[in-house]
Amino acid sequence: MADRTVHIVDTGVANIASLQAAFRRLDAETQLTTDPDALAEAAYAVLPGVGAFGAGMGTLRDADLVGPLRTRLDDLRPVLAICLGMQLLAPSSEETPDVEGLETVEVAVERFPDDVRVPQFGWNEVRADSDGGLLETGYAYFANSYCLPDAPDGWTCARSEYGGDFISAMEHGPVLACQFHPELSGRWGSNLLRRWLERGDDQC
Amino acid sequence: MLTVRVIPCLDVDAGRVVKGVQFQNLRDEGDPAELSRAYQKQGADELVMLDVSATPEGRRTRIETVEAIREHLAIPLTVGGGVRTVEDASELLSAGADKVAVNTAAARDPSFLTELAERFGSQCIVVSIDAKRREEGDGWHAVVQSGTEATERDAIEWAAEATDRGAGEVLLTNWDRDGTRSGYDLELLEATSSVVDVPIIASGGADRPEHLVEALEAGADAVLAASIFHQGDWTVDAVKDHLEDAGLEVRR
Repeated sequence: MADRTVHIVDTGVANIASLQAAFRRLDAETQLTTDPDALAEAAYAVLPGVGAFGAGMGTLRDADLVGPLRTRLDDLRPVLAICLGMQLLAPSSEETPDVEGLETVEVAVERFPDDVRVPQFGWNEVRADSDGGLLETGYAYFANSYCLPDAPDGWTCARSEYGGDFISAMEHGPVLACQFHPELSGRWGSNLLRRWLERGDDQC
Repeated sequence: MLTVRVIPCLDVDAGRVVKGVQFQNLRDEGDPAELSRAYQKQGADELVMLDVSATPEGRRTRIETVEAIREHLAIPLTVGGGVRTVEDASELLSAGADKVAVNTAAARDPSFLTELAERFGSQCIVVSIDAKRREEGDGWHAVVQSGTEATERDAIEWAAEATDRGAGEVLLTNWDRDGTRSGYDLELLEATSSVVDVPIIASGGADRPEHLVEALEAGADAVLAASIFHQGDWTVDAVKDHLEDAGLEVRR
C-alpha cells in the first residue's frame, strides 16, 4: 500500500475537522503542517482555505511555503486546493488586488456579479467539461464570493452557474482545485477525494 | 443555480435526540450519530444539531456527540444551543461543526456576532432567531432562553441587524409553531426575506411536504424539520420528490 499521508497546510483559520474526517473515512491519515520540508516531501498536500486572498498568501509567505507549493504544482505532484486554496493558484484576485498569488494558472480571480446574492451559499450543480478522470458531474457545497471566471490553459475544468458560468473545479494530473468543499459534498465529494488519492497512488 | 436545501434537525439532550413541543415533554427519538447517518443516506443537504441540555453534564457530552456525528457525516453540520463565548464556538468547530448557531448570547450582545465573524468568517456563523407573534399589535418579537424570555427586539429588525453584524445565515423559527406541525409561518418568512440579504432557513411547524414547498415559495432558501423525519412519516428523499414536482431544484 502506497503512503497515503495527507499533509494539510495549517492556515490557522480554516476549520478542517470535516476535511480530516473525510480522509479518515478513506483510510488516509492526515497531518497538519506549516513546515516547508514536510510539505515538499509529502505524498499528498492539501491547501485548504477560508478567509481573504491577501491574508491567505500572507500566511503562506510567512511560513515559507510559497516556494515548496510552487515546486509541487510545477512538478505536478499531488495537490488538492480547496475554496480559497483554489483561488490562491491565480496570479491575483479582485479581493486583494495588490497581492501576488501562486501564479500556477494565468486567470485572475473575480468577484461574482452584483445581480446575484454574494456569497454563494449552498449546493450548486457542477458540470464536468470532459472526462479528465477526476471530475464528474454532480452537486457540490459552496461558500464563496470570488471565483475563477474562465478556464486556464491546459486544465480540464468543471463549471457551475451563478450569475453566469464560473470554473467550479479544475484538474491537471494529480493536481485538483475545487471552488466547492469536497469534504462537505456528500458521497459525490467523497468519491472525488478517493479518485484524487488513487491518482496519487499511481504516481508513486 | 443553487438548489433548495432540506435540513433535518436533531434536538439533543445529554447525548440523545429528543423532540417535544417548544422543548417541553421531550421524547427520546434515538442516537444522534445513527440518525444523522440515516438522514445523510436519505439525501439530507445539511444537518442542524441543537443542544437543549439543561444540565452541565449534558453540556459536556455535546462535544463527544459532535465528534461522533462528524465521523460519518459528509455534509455540512451546524451546531447550536448555549453558545456563549468565542471559546464555545471554537470548541464546536474543532470537534467537527462547520457552522455554529447563536441565539440568546447574540440577542443580549449583538457585537458577539461581529466577534465570531471576524474570528471564523461569516460563512460559519448562523444567527438563530425564535420569533413569537405579538399578543398585542402586529409583528413578531424575538424570544430567548428556549422561548422562556421575551426581548424588546422586533424579530425582523433583529434579523437585519444580525446579518449586518456578520451572521452568514438566519435560522428563523416561529416559536408559536415549533413542534406543532401546523405549517411554517409564511408571513414571517415573507417579511424577513424582504429585508435580509443572506440565506434564510425556515423552521417550526412542518408537518408535510406541502408546508416545505410553501416556505420555500415564501422566501426561505432552506427548510428545517424534525418531527416529520424522526417519526418516520417522511424520508428526506420522499420530501424532495414533492419539492421537485413543485418545480424546485433539489440535489440528487
